[in-house]
Amino acid sequence: MRYVLRTSYRQDTRLFKEGLPQYGWYLVWLALALVAPLFLGVHLVSQLTFILIFAIAGIGYQILLGYTGLLSLGQAAFLAIGAYACVFLEKQGLHFALALPAAALLTGVVGAVLGLPALRLKGLYLAMATMAIGFIVEEVAARWTFVTGGNSGASVPRIEAFGYVLSRDVPFYFLCLALCIASLWFAANILRSPTGRAMAAVRDSDIAAQSIGVEVAQVKTKAFALSAFFTGIAGALMAHKLSFISPEQFTLHLSIELLLMILIGGIGSLRGVVFGAAFLVAMPELIAEIERMLPGGSQPALRPMAFGLLLVLVMLFEPRGINGLVEKITGYFRLMPLYRKGMFARQRGFAKSERW
Amino acid sequence: MVQFLQQVISGVSIGCVYALIALGFVLIYKATETVNFAIGELMMIGAFLGFTFIVIWSLPLWLAAIIAISATALLAAMLERVFLRPMVGEPAFAILVVTIGLGFCLRAAALMVPEWSSETVRIFTPLSGSVVRLGPIVISADHAAVIVATALIVTGFFVFFKRTRMGLAMQAVSQSQLAATYMGVRTRSVSTLAWLLAGAITAVAGLLLAPIAFIHVNMGVLGLKAIPAAIIGGFSSLPGAIVGGILLGVCESLAGFYLPAGFSEVAAYILVLVVLTIRPEGLFGETIHKRV
Repeated sequence: MRYVLRTSYRQDTRLFKEGLPQYGWYLVWLALALVAPLFLGVHLVSQLTFILIFAIAGIGYQILLGYTGLLSLGQAAFLAIGAYACVFLEKQGLHFALALPAAALLTGVVGAVLGLPALRLKGLYLAMATMAIGFIVEEVAARWTFVTGGNSGASVPRIEAFGYVLSRDVPFYFLCLALCIASLWFAANILRSPTGRAMAAVRDSDIAAQSIGVEVAQVKTKAFALSAFFTGIAGALMAHKLSFISPEQFTLHLSIELLLMILIGGIGSLRGVVFGAAFLVAMPELIAEIERMLPGGSQPALRPMAFGLLLVLVMLFEPRGINGLVEKITGYFRLMPLYRKGMFARQRGFAKSERW
Repeated sequence: MVQFLQQVISGVSIGCVYALIALGFVLIYKATETVNFAIGELMMIGAFLGFTFIVIWSLPLWLAAIIAISATALLAAMLERVFLRPMVGEPAFAILVVTIGLGFCLRAAALMVPEWSSETVRIFTPLSGSVVRLGPIVISADHAAVIVATALIVTGFFVFFKRTRMGLAMQAVSQSQLAATYMGVRTRSVSTLAWLLAGAITAVAGLLLAPIAFIHVNMGVLGLKAIPAAIIGGFSSLPGAIVGGILLGVCESLAGFYLPAGFSEVAAYILVLVVLTIRPEGLFGETIHKRV
């Protein structure tokens, strides 16, 4: 089943493949996001801010995993590097407006360097190498007290601009919104450029991509650098939102949460990242709500259980996540009279064995 | 020198536990090409089942061990039948994610048992407290038991793979699933058997670990070190998994003793990065070619 009905070749390279109606919907969402702080309380606005921050981190992950097919279990390390770099630079007297891009670029460079061993690795080996890097960065963050403040953590200075102190609530929400939209736009444009096409080619078959002249190593390095860049931005923003950072925030668990976010939102789709981020922020709230209703009080098992079951069920029944569901529903209405049973049935792709 | 040997021995005994988990991991990988991230949690369940039978129900040690091991093995086989079987043919990455999810579920299940979640516990065996002396080196009997038990299990596996029909079938499947199916090997029962055996081995690992380290609900993280061990050994090689595990244990123990604090926690990961950079196929691995 093809979700996008193509009517011209140009459509493949457009920013929004479905044309005008899609612009309309995105404008509605944008308008909603802009007026949201007028109606929502402080708590909900800060949750929205977290959604935006996670969405930026998710863009980075999506480029790496969804578009280039490189599984990383060390995304938390990039978040940590972005966060610590930004805070450290600000403490050295650099203004946030400079520290943020500097931190993001630094994370991007680190990502490119860490991507070097990844050039020779695939699949599980890559997942393992990135996981190892994640553990090492976490340990470094705990021990390198001069920069990171060690296990006792570091407080994050407030952002000042033109003599005003930027509040961590509504103004920061708008800052995150602007950065999130800019990141989405930037990522969407990269993905329709030759670089993005090369990434998709590497994902689908790196050997085939190589044979048609794609520089696989270069593309993978770019993917790592871009991914780390976006994740670095998210890390810096996260540090400012939380106002306090410590190594135990950037564990393997966070990497897996980000993975869950991508998978539930919908792998291989930027829209899915936003859905996933919304889900990731909403789920703990929902669980807290359920806990309040239960007689026994706090249930520590509830969260990992919900997490694990969702991962398993999504992979078993809806591998394209929320975005897949949305596409099915909108596709159903667009094709209204023409819908046939089984149109959205999953095609069972038998993955070829890695060995032979 | 004595001190050095002492550290090596204690590293070997903890490395044996890693090696056993890695063995279970490689077993599943070879038979089904499934990367099982839930292996640490299986070990945790095995250890806690042992704890329940030995300490809470005060069954005899051998009986408790047998029940705990078979229960964990059955649990693993059940997981394969219910969750992994429908995933056959999906991309390896999707299967890996399912096992991560299963790991979370197992940990949550353990958290729900009140006797398990509240405390970190230790199982005491009749051996606890006594020591074995080898010249100037002193080994606690529990550590020695781990090494002996691992040696026995590894020998058992060697015989199983070389001498029995089922072992040969597993080897065939691990070399080529398709060819094995054509030759009449029942691939499905082989993959269930692989999970069953892996469950049993990890339960043994958990039980062996219980007297020498504390067991707690989050000990599954230890199982994550089995994956570096397997990779160092070459991922598709059973002897490699053993060597990798022991090497890892020794490195960790030496790093903890000679290097500044913090290194022993990440020694496993530094080692795996070095191995992956220098020799990505691992110490014992065969080079893998892929057809486009």
